[in-house]
Amino acid sequence: MGWRLALRPYLLIVPALLLTCGILYPFGLGLYYTLFDFSASKPQPDMVRFENYETVFTQEAFWNSAWVTVLYAVGAAAVETVLGVAVALLLHRSTLVGRVLEKILILPLMIAPVIAAIIWKLMLQPSVGVVNHLLRPFGLGGVQWTDTPTGALLSSIAVDVWVYTPFVAILALAGLRSLPTSPFEAAAVDGAGWWYTFRRLTLPMLWPYVLVAVIFRFMDSLKVFDIIYALTEGGPGDSTVVLQIRAYLEAIRFQRYSFGISYTIVLWAVVYLAAMVLVKHLGKIQRKAAEVK
Amino acid sequence: MDTHAHDRRRFLALSAALAATPFLTACGAGFGGDDDKSDGSAADDVTGSFDWKREKGTTVKALLNKHPYTDALVADLKSFTEKTGIEVEYDVFPEDNYFDKLTVDLSSGRASYDVFMLGAYMVWQYGPPGWLEDLGPWMRNASATGAEWDQADFFPNLLQADQWSLKAGAPLGQGGQYALPWGWETNVVAYNTDVFSKLGLKPAETFDELREIAGTIKRKAPGAGFDGMYGIAVRGSRSWATIHPGFMTMYARNGLRDFTVEGGKLTPAMNTPEAIAFTEDWAGMVRQGGPPSWTSYTWYQCSSDLGAKKAGMLFDADTAAYFQAVEGASPASGKIAFHPGPKGPDGSLATNMWIWSLGMNAKSKKKSASWLFLQWATGKEHLLKGAVTHNHIDPVRKSVADAAAYKNKMKNLPGFIETFETVVDQTKIQFTPQAQFFDATTSWAAALQEIYGGKGAESVLDGLAGDLADKVG
Repeated sequence: MGWRLALRPYLLIVPALLLTCGILYPFGLGLYYTLFDFSASKPQPDMVRFENYETVFTQEAFWNSAWVTVLYAVGAAAVETVLGVAVALLLHRSTLVGRVLEKILILPLMIAPVIAAIIWKLMLQPSVGVVNHLLRPFGLGGVQWTDTPTGALLSSIAVDVWVYTPFVAILALAGLRSLPTSPFEAAAVDGAGWWYTFRRLTLPMLWPYVLVAVIFRFMDSLKVFDIIYALTEGGPGDSTVVLQIRAYLEAIRFQRYSFGISYTIVLWAVVYLAAMVLVKHLGKIQRKAAEVK
Repeated sequence: MDTHAHDRRRFLALSAALAATPFLTACGAGFGGDDDKSDGSAADDVTGSFDWKREKGTTVKALLNKHPYTDALVADLKSFTEKTGIEVEYDVFPEDNYFDKLTVDLSSGRASYDVFMLGAYMVWQYGPPGWLEDLGPWMRNASATGAEWDQADFFPNLLQADQWSLKAGAPLGQGGQYALPWGWETNVVAYNTDVFSKLGLKPAETFDELREIAGTIKRKAPGAGFDGMYGIAVRGSRSWATIHPGFMTMYARNGLRDFTVEGGKLTPAMNTPEAIAFTEDWAGMVRQGGPPSWTSYTWYQCSSDLGAKKAGMLFDADTAAYFQAVEGASPASGKIAFHPGPKGPDGSLATNMWIWSLGMNAKSKKKSASWLFLQWATGKEHLLKGAVTHNHIDPVRKSVADAAAYKNKMKNLPGFIETFETVVDQTKIQFTPQAQFFDATTSWAAALQEIYGGKGAESVLDGLAGDLADKVG
């Protein structure tokens, strides 16, 4: 065997190796920093081992942020899934109008989330915002959308839904279009109604596609920063301070680097575990869908 | 075949070791800090007679915040280059991102920017890690500093505001000079003269009157031809910037402190009975007469609302009102007047200030040229030109404040000069200097939002004080 041929397998793994190092190096360095009390006021810090994590987990602020993050992620992902699938079903059935709507639907995805949040911030402004202006004829023109904890959280979720529902809809639509036609034809011959067909055929076969969208949206929502920060800055009070915002404040604004990174590592662990569970579930769903087909 | 497998294992092991090398190197290298610190100042290297052309041919890099003061500086940069032969390259960032950019840049330990804009509060954050050049030795060196720079011409409280010993709780005006005052703002009340005249109101002399007037405007102004007008614009976003203008000014006028300092130990004082009562009253004023969606209000919304005739009053930086008041700037221009604002119970007009200062990167490789730039930018000639021909108002120098050309320019704004002269000597930083300033004031703003939302002031402020005691103690 010539030396070139012998070297080929090693050369082939070089890109993957570089990519892996590019990912692992900053991650490892971040993890390493969390073992110190590194901050602007202590540029040559001492090793504190797991003290930063202990502090994170014993802080009321952390549990508040964790709770807000979960509420946000579950709320946003759930609404986006339901709406996205509904929109996909509508678009799948219609023709010319459907194709036009499809083009319009994708527009929010072309806007940076932070810009979308700023646009919505203006639209939700109580006195001059267009939302209250439209609600005024119904006697609802004075809503302080982001001035209350619940309002701020729901408004943030609403912006997320506005931006990302099209993403779910597009994935679901792609799924619908790839489903085999024969089971539906057989159901039609047997006289099955729309709801029965949807529940017994469409949904089970569509689930793998929907679950992929759910995984993406749930992961992204757990890591949300831009939409909430642009809309509420985490307020009022601490009501919308999700883990990413807490990490940003600690690491950048307050310059407690190690402590801020500890927050992100905890968030990473949460996202990783959630992803593992969901991906495992996706496998089961895919097998079930194959059985229906 | 076995040999091949063995080789592959060895290769992978070697690759893993190589991949880990930078990681291990980083472990040993510390945290991006620089150990080549020197006790001597680079200012000591400048000798001989003072010469503006000393650094001819050098290029200085500046990081600037988007601001009318910056516009005045940039418009006059040609004069600096003609005077010194030094070129200035600059980047301008909007305020929302400016300080994050500066913080990240300074903390990286690089000298991407030689000079930059900063506030006096930032000295408390950037000073202790050693990111700021102590300008004291430069100021004291007659070879480095021209006689016409005239240090005594600065308002003393401004120069002192950028001077600190880097010890938490230690008063300002001692230790290193970590920045130079360049432009500033005093926090006063500006009001719409039309609505005041129509409703028969006079500027408030006490805080109770201010709350009353704010509520009256919100109730009566829409019926008097000011559609959608509310009483008073004050900041409310969840940010340190909410605390420092109107709120801290009125807080200080009531004789209240953020922290008490005993033996170098800081104790939060936002939860004293007097502070709780004041905070409740402030939140009550916002509920009665403040803007809708107050929790998102920054200086920009406050200022815009005054200019758009949406707010009857503004309790914020005088500049925030000035930029709406000048002719043609807004629908309310020509109808905005200035007043020092309510006095404290003992007649106090203690006022909190914001200073746009200029600082030098301690890691700069061009300190001598940077110092010439700072000297020029804070010098009489440029500042007078900025104040008269541009909008670099609120002079940091007495000579500019006293100049006939400046007074002539500002005389058309009712009450501006009188208000400035009334509060200038009582305007200083009312916060206790300490490195956790941004955490403390951001949390304070969050607490204020919760009280505004209906939570009990005592429990919220006790929680805030308890949290801060651990951080600053």
